Amino acid sequence: MNESLVSVENLHVRFRTYAGVVHAVNGVTFDIRRGETFGLVGETGCGKTVTGLSLLRLVSPPGEIVAGRIAFDGQDILSLSEQEMRDIRGARISMIFQDPAAALNPVFSVGEQIEMVIRQHQPVTRRVARQRTVEMLKAVGLPDSAQILRAYAHELSGGMQQRVMIALALASNASLLVADEPTTSLDVTIQAQILTLLTQLKERRGLSVLLITHNLGVVAETCDRVAVLYVGHVVEKGRTRDIFKEMKHPYTQGLLEAIPRPGSHGQPLQAISGSVPSGLVVFSGCPFEPRCSFAMEVCRQAPPPLVRVGEEHYVACYRFVEGASR
Amino acid sequence: MARAFRRDWLGVFSLVVIVAFVLGAIFAPYLTPYPEEGRGAPNLVNKFLPPSREHPFGTDYLGRDVLARVLFGGRSSLSIGFLVVIIAVAIGTPLGAIAGYSGRWLDEVIMRITDMWLSFPPLLLAIAIAAALGRPSFTNAMIAIALTWWPWYTRLVRAQTVSLRERSFIEAARGMGVSRATIILRHILPNVMTPVMVQGTMDIGSAILTGAAMSFIGLGAQPPTPDWGQMVSDGRIYIMNQPWYGSFPGLAIFLVTLAFNLMGDTVRDVADPRSRRAA
Repeated sequence: MNESLVSVENLHVRFRTYAGVVHAVNGVTFDIRRGETFGLVGETGCGKTVTGLSLLRLVSPPGEIVAGRIAFDGQDILSLSEQEMRDIRGARISMIFQDPAAALNPVFSVGEQIEMVIRQHQPVTRRVARQRTVEMLKAVGLPDSAQILRAYAHELSGGMQQRVMIALALASNASLLVADEPTTSLDVTIQAQILTLLTQLKERRGLSVLLITHNLGVVAETCDRVAVLYVGHVVEKGRTRDIFKEMKHPYTQGLLEAIPRPGSHGQPLQAISGSVPSGLVVFSGCPFEPRCSFAMEVCRQAPPPLVRVGEEHYVACYRFVEGASR
Repeated sequence: MARAFRRDWLGVFSLVVIVAFVLGAIFAPYLTPYPEEGRGAPNLVNKFLPPSREHPFGTDYLGRDVLARVLFGGRSSLSIGFLVVIIAVAIGTPLGAIAGYSGRWLDEVIMRITDMWLSFPPLLLAIAIAAALGRPSFTNAMIAIALTWWPWYTRLVRAQTVSLRERSFIEAARGMGVSRATIILRHILPNVMTPVMVQGTMDIGSAILTGAAMSFIGLGAQPPTPDWGQMVSDGRIYIMNQPWYGSFPGLAIFLVTLAFNLMGDTVRDVADPRSRRAA
């Protein structure tokens, strides 16, 4: 159970743009174990999605993975041929997206799309594919499959579309599901249903899920472990319960404080001062230093190492480095 | 589908006109008492008879029934319209989809060639190609017009493809391990077919017009094969005294072109899955 399915080491992704080179992901390291939900949290533009796309090697030009290692089930993802990669995508690693309405092809019915994915990876007849499609739709909580099979994406509600996307992603028994903000475009009650569905599927099928989100509430509810990203750096990672019990990094603390709470009516919203720096900037020290209220001299000099502060809890902050001077 | 037409009387009108002309062209020998004259046999005794019960559209300078000639003439005009568009779509659509989806140098190469073709006035280019192909004939005119037409479809399809490429269902397809060729065939092409069909329907009218212009100047179907453009060309000399000779084939060109143009909008409504059920 504790064996890791995916391990990402020192991943660097950059985008060459007209404005300059954007460093989207800078030395991200984490691993996802079999059967767990791993959260990747951070603000818009912190490299969450790019990290997720890297697992499928779908970072498209002008973006490129410039350094690092991604191992999936013992295979080195970055050294596979495009053909081998295609056999992995959808069959062993699948991805679902923020806006399910846009992620479904408007000119094919739901049934046709799921069958296409099944037959893409498995040499089965139409009849078998159709059967499996019906099973998949049942598994994602769409029991009225006869109706759904014939429906086009625009005829379904947002929640149903996301269920269809999940069915599509899992139709070929993928063992890793990359879920990129899967509930952001849905309303709150539907969000809860989709998250529950993901957790159920994870348990029933022994699936691993990489959940990309900016919502700490979603993380708290669904993730076993989590990594907090800030401009492409992992600033804190560990078991969800450890992190929520005791947030160490000033950025993580700021994120949590920024969530409005019941009873805080009338009080000004907490915010992290300053704004997210552009990826064009290269930091000599800690990327959070300009916004950090604990900033020290050493923070400007070299990036902080990821230090262990608990059993499985790591923080990249000099406040936890022994001997770092104030 | 029938309901969509019922709501849309212009669509019904244009469909009726198109079907009438197509049937008229196919069954021309059975619809006119003068099939031989329709095919070109002269009957000089009846030269320039005005419209009458026997000859509703009158007769021409060789005494042939103009109605029969118009019916038979539809064969070359309508087939040039359909064939030109089919060839142009067949060349232009795949090129546009490949250019748009691949991007980079392939896109540059295909689109610059396209720009080159589009930089010539189309009719002039068609005339030049037809002349280069040798003796004027129906086939040569058709090939010449089609060769000036495909770049429009390349542009249209490329523009659509570039915007589709960024849509997340294409990314999702890539995420499911679908190959590039399959994405173009199964995800891009079906999604660009609606604008292509709309454009194609409208273009049939314009292609018929261009075909008529080609045969007007003698580069299309050769006498004695009847052709609307060629009839207008012959009839224009007599337009003051025998107006029926040039007018009726001209009217046929006008009606068919108009009908195909109006049909374009109807095709848009019918082809879009979003409006299909609502209609």
